[in-house]
Amino acid sequence: MNYGATQISDEELAAQMEREKEELERTWSPPRGLRGWFTDTDHKAIAIRYIVTAFVFFVLGGVEAALMRIQLARPDSHFLNPDQYNQIFTVHGTTMMFLFAVPIMTALGIYLVPLMIGARDVAFPRLNVYGYFVYLIGGILLYTGFLLNTGPDAGWFAYVPLSGPAYSPGKRVDIWAQMITFTEISALAGAVIIVGTVFKMRAPGMSLNRLPLFVWAQLVTSFMIIFAMPAVMLASSLLASDRLIDTHFFNPAEGGDAILYQHLFWFFGHPEVYIIFIPGLGFISSIVAAFARTKIFGYTAMVLSLISTGFIGFGLWVHHMFATPIPQMGQSFFTAASMIITIPTGVQIFCWIATLWTGKLNIKTPLLFIFGFFAIFIIGGLTGVMLASVPLDLQIHDTFFVVAHLHYVLIGGAVFPLFGAFYYWIPKWTGRMLSERAGRWNFALMFIGFNLVFFPMHQLGLNGMPRRVYTYLPESGWGTLNLIASIGAAILAVGVLVFVINFLWAWRAGALAGDNPWAADTLEWSISSPPPHYNFHNIPVVQGRYALWEMTLDAPVVRGLSTTKRETLVTSVLEAEPELRFDIPGPSIWPFLVALATGVTFIAGIFTPWAFLVGAILAGATLTGWFFADPNYDNEPARETPKTSHPIGPPVELRPKEV
Amino acid sequence: METVGTNIFLLVGGGIQNSLNSSGPNAASLERLWWLMFWVCAAVFVFVMIALAFAIRNGTHKSDLNPVLNPSPQTERRKRNAVLSAVFATVVILFVFLIYSFSTGRALTADLSQKGGLSIDVTAYQWWWNVRYNDVDASNIFTTANEIHIPVGVPVTFNLRANDVIHSFWVPNLAGKKDLIPGKISTLWLQADKPGVYRGQCAEYCGLQHARMALWIVAEPQEQFNAWRQNQTQVSIPPATDAQRYGQQVFLKSTCVMCHAVNGTTAGSNIGPNLTHVGSRNTIAAATLSNTREHLLRWVADSQQFKPGNKMPANNLSDQDLQAVVDYLQSLK
Repeated sequence: MNYGATQISDEELAAQMEREKEELERTWSPPRGLRGWFTDTDHKAIAIRYIVTAFVFFVLGGVEAALMRIQLARPDSHFLNPDQYNQIFTVHGTTMMFLFAVPIMTALGIYLVPLMIGARDVAFPRLNVYGYFVYLIGGILLYTGFLLNTGPDAGWFAYVPLSGPAYSPGKRVDIWAQMITFTEISALAGAVIIVGTVFKMRAPGMSLNRLPLFVWAQLVTSFMIIFAMPAVMLASSLLASDRLIDTHFFNPAEGGDAILYQHLFWFFGHPEVYIIFIPGLGFISSIVAAFARTKIFGYTAMVLSLISTGFIGFGLWVHHMFATPIPQMGQSFFTAASMIITIPTGVQIFCWIATLWTGKLNIKTPLLFIFGFFAIFIIGGLTGVMLASVPLDLQIHDTFFVVAHLHYVLIGGAVFPLFGAFYYWIPKWTGRMLSERAGRWNFALMFIGFNLVFFPMHQLGLNGMPRRVYTYLPESGWGTLNLIASIGAAILAVGVLVFVINFLWAWRAGALAGDNPWAADTLEWSISSPPPHYNFHNIPVVQGRYALWEMTLDAPVVRGLSTTKRETLVTSVLEAEPELRFDIPGPSIWPFLVALATGVTFIAGIFTPWAFLVGAILAGATLTGWFFADPNYDNEPARETPKTSHPIGPPVELRPKEV
Repeated sequence: METVGTNIFLLVGGGIQNSLNSSGPNAASLERLWWLMFWVCAAVFVFVMIALAFAIRNGTHKSDLNPVLNPSPQTERRKRNAVLSAVFATVVILFVFLIYSFSTGRALTADLSQKGGLSIDVTAYQWWWNVRYNDVDASNIFTTANEIHIPVGVPVTFNLRANDVIHSFWVPNLAGKKDLIPGKISTLWLQADKPGVYRGQCAEYCGLQHARMALWIVAEPQEQFNAWRQNQTQVSIPPATDAQRYGQQVFLKSTCVMCHAVNGTTAGSNIGPNLTHVGSRNTIAAATLSNTREHLLRWVADSQQFKPGNKMPANNLSDQDLQAVVDYLQSLK
């Protein structure tokens, strides 16, 4: 092969570039039609499926929340019976945590991380396909059970012994336990993919200290998933085994321990909160930089804060268990850790405010949602500090105060930034802008609705209203505040509806976005909207932390990657120095089949332990197919690098569009 | 169903289940902790919002939106100082919270062993509370349910157990909550400084009727408490009228005795609440219904109507038998 340079004219160069793009498009296009749906490995297509599926679950979870608010609007209401209410609150929590929040955050990472770091796909594209289908099967399982009146009813935490065989007969809790296993497998797959992609597939020049904060957030989250999820899979598997084959892990009558389950569950459950909201911090850093038109103040402090949050997040789980008989010395440690974790989050909030202070604000809908984040999340953080105190926790634990707190943290810390992210990145995905006017309505309705629903709940909790009650007595005096909360829920729902309409309208008729409507700084904005299947024609060479803003006119690009097979560049972990050219696996039906085998195994495992024997054979067979599958590419040599009088990198937009 | 729980709260006025209406030293110190944290946190919130508002005002209405890549070292230094002072303030506030929280926690638990005024075992069932008063003198030990009388001004220690699933014992006016976990014993102390009724409710989700698992703590002056206690240690009052005698016969011949005990009769099962002095209690159905004749009639006939899923089946009694059983129950003062 000859990588030597030949001088060519501008016309020849342009023609060659067009030819390369056509070849790349052919090489990276998925199979057409139904077959493509089951075999496509494009990270963007998979991520969009994840996002759409997770959003559907978000709406379903919202409908369940609305039903609960109708029931609680008046005391002694008979809109739902206790059994329905208990199923609904369990499925609401399970849906929002496992089927909405974690998947959608990972999905935005799967969509954006390769685009932000200049890669052509993720590190394990077929694992990605597998992860999606496993997640989908888990979600369908839960809702099939729910619609057949077999929805889990032991709470999203499913404490033993209530969830054990003696007090939850039937298959309801089994469905919950297996659904957990499905979604955790999928989350682990997503985490491994993101870690691999971030560490080994960055564009040359993007050393770790130039990594966008969004990618840092995804990286920290992925590591947290890898350490946290096995704990809950252990909890749910031991529970399933107690229920299916009469083991006694959690049965105190036979020497088991009910507290053990709580430790396992919360060792996952608390980091879960950070798994949901650290990606939100990543959205905020991206949006603040783009709309304050300046560098984020304190990059190093921000990165260290993310990483320390990731570590400390594992040292807090016992604050969910302060009311259990646990030695006071141990509790004190968890109080201190729960308070310490405020510091890294505080550092980030202060740095964003400092950034906004000296920025030149382009106040658009994404930034409005970030302002909403500040107001809501800070309240949630402060009530979190209160809950960290053991004695105070004993009054407000398991009351509506905690319901208020957790929604302030999760909706404020994750959902508001997520909606900001939708407004920010949907133009990249669809190529069209969402309506700014509808966006402002969307923000205002969600902000007002949210605070009306959840602020009164603080008061309700202090006034003695416990959580998870299907009704309350008229004389309790809780009726008025509950009614206000229910009215707020209606407003919040209208806000979400405005978003859906805005999206559907923009998809058909929104203004064209162009490559970089916000004149933002990260690499995804250097390519067309929507992005081509191959992402980058020429992988860029990054010259600064704010890749597009700091790109010089003569910035070099990576040449020499094949256009006729799926080839990408592998770079070193720290400095992102090119190491080798790497063939990425392409479309294959096997990941889908392995997902089916997994589904059959776990669903049949609800009924008989023999499922695992059959499942092992099925999985063995399909995995064999997966590993033997031949990518079968044309193995043509790479093209020569043309030498030109001017750079072939993309032009950079520094001024946002008027929208 | 509109009559459910009528007057449970109104009998004694509002605020009987409210952590901000503390009526004992334990809950009072928690209320002080709450107000300290509330005011400090409110101040922090307002401060950050003001900073954000100034930042937004400072950053808007700038004509040119080209990115700033090289802010002046002077503004960078000012921002660094501002962020560092904010972090420092955060650390100081957290430290104050931590110390105050630890000292409150220590004060509440340190002398638990000396709080020997009165010791009560509470065992939680789905969905009611079994209450047993301990005493060195075995003849003073007795069992009741869902209504706990305590003397004013005396610390009371609770030994908490669960019979089936996890429950949580919470009387917000008097103390924080404590979980009752099968296979473990938790302890909690509380003290009422004012006579009155305080309502507690299960605070850990325990299944179908978690919402209707409450209890009453009745705090009364020592003499009154002693009288009540003296009465509770006695076996049940023999029926006085014909109707009551007939009711007792129906009671002892029906399925009631499969679960309930009435001391002094042959009914001795301990699966459901002990009914020896049920007529003297203020509420039935775990502090869900006031103890009126109307409620008792409907409860005995078909308790599922009030509390669907509870373990007591409907009783197929003739109207005459039902009236007589309730006559008998009401006589058990």
